[in-house]
Amino acid sequence: MQENDHILRVQDLKTDFKVGRRTVHAVNGVTFDVRRGKTLCIVGESGCGKSVTAHSIMQLLPPNGTIAGGTISYYTRDGACEILSNYKRSGPRMRAIRGKEISMIFQDPMSTLNPVYTVGSQIMEMLKKHEKVSKAEGKARIIRLLGELGIPNPEIRYDQYPHEFSGGMKQRIMIAIAMICNPTLLIADEPTTALDVTIQAQILDLIRKMQESYGTSVILITHNMGIVVEIADDVAVMYMGRIVEFGSVQQIFSHPVHPYTRALMRSVPVLGMNKDQELAVIEGTTPDASTVFTGCEFAERCECARPECFHRFPKDTEIEAGHRVRCLLYEEGGEENG
Amino acid sequence: MTIRKKTRNTSLAKRSWQKFIQNRMAILGLIGLVLIIAACLAAPLLTNYDPTLIDPSIRGLSPSREHLLGTDRLGRDIFARILYGGRWSIMIGVIAAMGANLLGAALGCIAGYYGGKVDSVLVSIQEMLSIFPGTLINMLCIGFMGKSVRNLLLIFTFTGWPGVMRIVRGRILSLKQEPYVESCRANGIGGMSIMFHHLLPNTLGPIIVNSTMNVAGYILSEAALSYLGLGVPDNVPTWGNIINAAKRLDIVQTLPMLWLAPAAAICLFVLSINFFGDGLRDALDPSSK
Repeated sequence: MQENDHILRVQDLKTDFKVGRRTVHAVNGVTFDVRRGKTLCIVGESGCGKSVTAHSIMQLLPPNGTIAGGTISYYTRDGACEILSNYKRSGPRMRAIRGKEISMIFQDPMSTLNPVYTVGSQIMEMLKKHEKVSKAEGKARIIRLLGELGIPNPEIRYDQYPHEFSGGMKQRIMIAIAMICNPTLLIADEPTTALDVTIQAQILDLIRKMQESYGTSVILITHNMGIVVEIADDVAVMYMGRIVEFGSVQQIFSHPVHPYTRALMRSVPVLGMNKDQELAVIEGTTPDASTVFTGCEFAERCECARPECFHRFPKDTEIEAGHRVRCLLYEEGGEENG
Repeated sequence: MTIRKKTRNTSLAKRSWQKFIQNRMAILGLIGLVLIIAACLAAPLLTNYDPTLIDPSIRGLSPSREHLLGTDRLGRDIFARILYGGRWSIMIGVIAAMGANLLGAALGCIAGYYGGKVDSVLVSIQEMLSIFPGTLINMLCIGFMGKSVRNLLLIFTFTGWPGVMRIVRGRILSLKQEPYVESCRANGIGGMSIMFHHLLPNTLGPIIVNSTMNVAGYILSEAALSYLGLGVPDNVPTWGNIINAAKRLDIVQTLPMLWLAPAAAICLFVLSINFFGDGLRDALDPSSK
């Protein structure tokens, strides 16, 4: 693979949290690439480390969290490589990348805007931080972007305060803040979870539209398989701080191989399915993040688990080009019997 | 067009103002404040006497048409002294409150935002300052530094910041958990800017309220110190200094206007400010209806 195709390469990322005296490995050796102009969806249930992965990329971990290993390489537009994991977390280089090269939108739009400033001035602050523009020029650019984001009367909205916006509108403002400097990578951490379903679809459409018109790559974090199939090019399924299956959206959805991925798929309602049919559930609960495993993390909930699953760590196995799975069933010599 | 109209009406300042003017006591306080300050500023128009001019020929006069509140033992017109003294008293109160609140807000911001060691050190200093009786500290400092208006302002500033620092620190501690702080950091905005540009304005309500209340507090402290002879120099007429002349029992009995009038001025001003401050607090507090 050529480096040029990739915008972000995460290799063997490990992120630890200190909780009291214990160390919790929230992310445990995660490897993935983000292709230029494409969307990667990271899917998984709560606490599987998907948000921590995103925060590690941005170096926005809370004070008790550290990147314990691995590298995060970011390839700029001109092909230069920046090793983000080597930068100091609030140093000038990291700050110059945040917002300008990589920007982020968050789950809860209701409180991600500062209530004391107009939305226009908050977007303007971002723009001025990273680019030299005159006030009038900046304002024109912001109003144009707000218009593109489907905000009616952008000239008037520019001077309004966050409390005058609805949740969906605030999320559009957040997208505007994230997109105003035209970043090459947009990380969306569950951007639609706090919104109702009709607005969700609109916001997803917007993200896709922005991506098309600006060529931005997107990492979208979600637990909603419906969103994944709609928007993703590549999918990473995470469980307990590891990527258990990675592949293109076709590979994952038409041929899911990891028992966890399959279980996730079965637990999603599909339009037109028999109303009386019960949805499949994944037995058990996610183990505590500090549990020490001797084998596959999913083994105790896995319906295909074999005795060796509890004693041996699975390795990443590539079963097709670009489709890898972390399961003993598919390792060299193992055979599929799921 | 309709949207524009609606926006104008819902602006935060306007809503706070509407809430404020519905509060009768607050309006009363505001009127009191405006009247007293206006009278002090317009002192040369309201009286022809020089507050510092000593005229032994008219010592200890009772109130009359020429001298509305009479004269003191040195023959100075009490009415003029109260008007001109108000200028000093109010100025000392306002500047000291501003100094203490600016310092306290900045330190509270830093302590709350950075946390850790910086926070522990600042909180310890704050606690040490708070456990001493205020008047005692002020008296000791005046004793060391000498009597002057500048020293008094410095002392009030450097001993007065703990209260507002505690308020701001507490607010920042909870505000820094807000998602918009994370969003700011995700957009490459630095710590200083987050602290003073994004977080501090969110604590402005309590700071403003605390400042107004502090003005009253410092006027009282100044009066107390001056009455004890440890405030401003004798040649500066402040309300406290005017009362200071009434320390002797015979004067208390024979020249009631000498202490009644400045005491009334202090009471009225402090009362007005407290009403006004209460109204401000209710108007600026988003959780009060």
